Amino acid sequence: MTPDIDHAEAKTLMHAAIDGELDTLTQLRFDAHLATCPDCAAEHARLTALSTAIRTRATRHAAPAELRQMLAASLAVPTPTAPNPSGTVLPFRRRWLPPAGAGFVLGAALAASLAVMIDTRNVDDTVADSIVTAHIRALQPGHLTDVQISDQHQVKPWFDGKIDFSPPVKELGDQGFDLVGGRLDYIDGKEAAVVVYRRKLHMIDLFVTRAGHDAAHPDAVPVPRAMPNGYNVVRWSDGGQDYWAVSDLNRNELGDFAKAWLGR
Amino acid sequence: MILDDAFGSMTNVGPPTDTARFAEMALPHLDAAYNLARWLTRDSSDASDVVQEAMLRALRFFGSYRGGSGKSWLLTIVRNTAIDWMRANRPMQAAAAPVGDEDPLENIADEGDDPEAALIRVADRQQLDRLIAALPAEFRECLVLRELEDLSYKEIAAVTGVPIGTVMSRLARARQLMQRNWTRENAR
Repeated sequence: MTPDIDHAEAKTLMHAAIDGELDTLTQLRFDAHLATCPDCAAEHARLTALSTAIRTRATRHAAPAELRQMLAASLAVPTPTAPNPSGTVLPFRRRWLPPAGAGFVLGAALAASLAVMIDTRNVDDTVADSIVTAHIRALQPGHLTDVQISDQHQVKPWFDGKIDFSPPVKELGDQGFDLVGGRLDYIDGKEAAVVVYRRKLHMIDLFVTRAGHDAAHPDAVPVPRAMPNGYNVVRWSDGGQDYWAVSDLNRNELGDFAKAWLGR
Repeated sequence: MILDDAFGSMTNVGPPTDTARFAEMALPHLDAAYNLARWLTRDSSDASDVVQEAMLRALRFFGSYRGGSGKSWLLTIVRNTAIDWMRANRPMQAAAAPVGDEDPLENIADEGDDPEAALIRVADRQQLDRLIAALPAEFRECLVLRELEDLSYKEIAAVTGVPIGTVMSRLARARQLMQRNWTRENAR
C-alpha cells in the first residue's frame, strides 16, 4: 500500500477531497490521514458542513417565467405554462401556425373580407418572428432608439444617408401615439428604418423596409394578429415600402395605430 | 453592435433547424444560466438582461459548439457576457483590483472545529445567500458553479478560463472567507 499522505499534503488536497475530485487511491490515503489527524478532521468537518449547507439551502435562482417565455418566443419554441422541472428538451414546433393544408381559412377568416384574407395569406411568418424578436431586443435598456426625439422634423433627417430609402415619419400624437424616436435595424435580409411610437406605457416599433416581391396588397385592410407571448403585429404596404408594426398593445389598439398611420 | 449582429444572424440566416437545435440544447439550462447571471450581477433584472444577451451570443456562436457539455458551453458564454455587462454598466466594480490567488490554505485557522461546523450547519438560506453575495466575484463564480451548479473542477476551469489549480485555490479561498465571515457574524 502506498504510504499515507502527510499533514501538509492533506491540507493541499482538502478541497479536492470534499469536492470528490481525488482519484480513489488518493482519496483513501486522504481518509487514512484524516482518521489520525484531529486538526484535519475538524477542518474537513467544517468545510463539509459549509458545502452541504450551501448546496442544500443557498438560493438557486430560477429563471423568471417572463424571461423563459420571451426566449422561447424568440426561438420559436412553445412556451411551457410552468417551468420545466424535469429539464427535458422541449419539442420544436411553431404552434401558432395553422396545420399544413389548413391554409388561411381559420374560423374567424370565414367572416372576414377578401382584403383581410389577402393580407393574411401574404403575411410572412418568418419576418413576423424576426420583427417580434427585434422589438423584444429593442425593449432592453438603451436599445430602443438611436435617435430619441419626438419631432418628425428631427427623426426623418436622421434616417437620411443611413438607408437608401426615405421612410415616412408621421406625427400621430393627437391620436394618442407619441413619436419617440427612431433607429436602424436589419430584418429579413433588408435594412429597416424603425420609427418608435408610444401609447401610454406601450412601445410600438414601426419597421419600414423596401417592399419585397410579396408585398401586401396596398389596399388591404391591415389586421393585427397575435404572436406568441403577448405581442401583436400588423403589416401593410404602400406599394413601395412594407410596414410592420409590433407592440404589446392589444390588437384593437394596434389596429387603431395602423389606421391612424394610414389616415383612415 | 454585438446584439444587432446576433439578431441579424438569428433571424436572417441559417435554416430554422439550427435555431431548433439551439433551443433544444440551451433552454434546459436556462435556470442554470440565470442562476449564474443572478449571482454574478447580484440583481434580478440585470441577470435577465445578461441572460438574454448571452442567449443571443450563444445562438450566434452555436456553429462553434462541438458537442460536449452544453451546460458548460452555455455557462461560459453567460459568464463572459456578465463580465462584459459589468464592465459596461458597473465600471467601478469591474475595475476593482483583481483578487490575488495566493495560497489560501496557509491562512485557514487551525483552531477547533466542531462548534464551528455545528454553527455552519444551522446557517439559514438568508445568511448563506448573504455570505455568498459578499464574496469577491472570482471566488463567487467558482463557488456558485461548484456548489449550486455542480460543475467539476475541469468544467469550472473551462467556464472561467483559468487553470484547474486556480479553480481549486479560488474555491478554497471562497469557503475560507465564508467561514471567517460567518464566524465573525456569530461572534458579535
